[in-house]
Amino acid sequence: MPRLPSQWCLRLLGGVIVSAILGFLLLPALVVTLAAFNSRAILSFPPESWSWRWFVKAIAYEDFQAGFRNGLMVTGWASTIALVVGAAFALALERYEFRFKRALETVLLSPLVVPHFTVGLGFLILAAQLGMARGYAVIVACHVVLVLPFVLRSVYISLRNLDPRLELAAASLGAPPHRVLTTVTLPLLLPGLVGGWLFAAILSFNEFTASLFVTVQRTQTLPVALYNYVREYADPSMAAISVMYIVVTATLLTLANVFLGLAKVLNVEHPR
Amino acid sequence: MSIPAEGRLSAAAAAPAIQANGDAHIAVELDAVTKRFGKTIALDDVSLLVRRGELMTLLGPSGCGKTTLLNLVGGFLMPDSGEIAIDGQRITDVPAYRREIGIMFQNYALFPHMNVAANVGYGLRMRRVAKGEIARRVADALALIKLAGLEDRKPRQLSGGQQQRVALARALVIRPKVLLLDEPFSALDRNLRASMQVELKEIQRKLGVTTIFVTHDQSEALSLSDRIAVVAEGRIRQLGTPDEIYRQPIDRFVASFVGDVNVLRARLERIDGALATVALGAARVLVPSRTLEGVANGSVVDLFVRPEELRPADHDAPVAARGIVAAQIYQGGHVDLYVDAPEALSGRVLLRVPRHEGMSRWPAGTRIGIALAADKAIAFRPA
Repeated sequence: MPRLPSQWCLRLLGGVIVSAILGFLLLPALVVTLAAFNSRAILSFPPESWSWRWFVKAIAYEDFQAGFRNGLMVTGWASTIALVVGAAFALALERYEFRFKRALETVLLSPLVVPHFTVGLGFLILAAQLGMARGYAVIVACHVVLVLPFVLRSVYISLRNLDPRLELAAASLGAPPHRVLTTVTLPLLLPGLVGGWLFAAILSFNEFTASLFVTVQRTQTLPVALYNYVREYADPSMAAISVMYIVVTATLLTLANVFLGLAKVLNVEHPR
Repeated sequence: MSIPAEGRLSAAAAAPAIQANGDAHIAVELDAVTKRFGKTIALDDVSLLVRRGELMTLLGPSGCGKTTLLNLVGGFLMPDSGEIAIDGQRITDVPAYRREIGIMFQNYALFPHMNVAANVGYGLRMRRVAKGEIARRVADALALIKLAGLEDRKPRQLSGGQQQRVALARALVIRPKVLLLDEPFSALDRNLRASMQVELKEIQRKLGVTTIFVTHDQSEALSLSDRIAVVAEGRIRQLGTPDEIYRQPIDRFVASFVGDVNVLRARLERIDGALATVALGAARVLVPSRTLEGVANGSVVDLFVRPEELRPADHDAPVAARGIVAAQIYQGGHVDLYVDAPEALSGRVLLRVPRHEGMSRWPAGTRIGIALAADKAIAFRPA
């Protein structure tokens, strides 16, 4: 127990700062959640009376439904492709030595530092050149690039945590390479693969900036649909959608943590 | 020191030394095997014959190439040149999964997502053995290592000793042609280590499985092996039974790496054929002369003597050396006496004496004489 007044003051100050930071992190979500239940047709805070009507309206709204379907499709394709590509690159980076390895790694991780609108604009120009600016392929390709670093990272860490002697032991016991892969490597990489896919999916489904450039009315994803809605209307449907977003994402992450142990995906356990 | 690589390659191409169905008593044969990692030579033109059913130990300091040799036999590495054969069949290019070799790693490398039964049965499943047969052989293997009843446990629920037994059962259940053991005891505490060593030796003898055992622990090597290959700097320095390695080391490295040894400064008196006489104080010691070729009579040599070949004696008696007891270390059955003597080149002279004598008669600070057996030493030219 700290006795000195100065220590006590420091502890208090520390507590206040930490609470303030957590407050800032959670405050927007809290405000939006409360606003979503406002029965009046304006986005205001705090609400004066309560209602579920904006949830009903948001779910029934056709642009949102289309955006949701488009988003799911883009997310499904983008995160799956990113998983396959990212896993292959992670394997190459972890297992093999080759020229320009550092350069490859830098390029693969670069979407983390390049602004999303740059990526989106780039894909828009490129797609226009190729005459495919109105299709889903461009959106999927754009999302693959944006989420690739996260998949790569997660699979790479799982590979680092995999003891290569397990694969050698399997081989010595008579397992040819493809059976080593299916009976030892993949089962042990599964948390990393699923975790990576999940991160990619969440990021892709929420991605807005780059999507704004590469989508059109027919192909817009949910965040873009929300943006277009808010330009014309200002009712709490927006807030209702946001609440659903938060709940679904939080549930997914919690489940993933329980069943996969995200710590395993995010940390190197025994660095070599 | 090393032969140019081209010369060795052409020699190997001209005369394939390993013929199919060679000597039936030889289980593993390495012929002029060289392995490089970048510019460093891990194994330099190594040849080795392992007899069927024997426990051959590769003993050496870390980085000497012993693990590389194990990995080459296991098929996890390919040699740059040279040939490897198992049971007379050339297997240099055969991948690990077709070599029929069991391996036990230092960390056991049990599959963490499989239970004990699935771990042990893995090799049989890969061979598409029938289910009933797998169950029977897994049960037999678990009985052999005294772990029946733990089939459903996951590796992380087992103690270190139990994990090691499972790893051994997993390697043995496929009835391997050769069993490879990579520093298997270094992760165990001392008591468990001793009992696991006895057990391993017993199982190995019972099954008669040819075993190559890699360790840097010389006492482990001496107690377990049928033969020992002392490896240093990518070459086999000496190959022999534990007693040969311990009593007749071929060079200074082997003499000082295997077992405790005292190095004393002595003088070469004369060489008579296979034996040489070395003078140390009042003592005359007969040593093999092969290690002293080219040394002139009267010059200084280094005499290597095991602690148990030295006896304490009266300080005033005509002895090999004299000194003062620096420390006495009680070891239970015997006492280690550390003596400061001017002849000692290895720090202090170590003597092993019986407990009752060591404690009462030679306390620290006593003046002591050192006598030695007349023919239980070996001498080398000074380093």
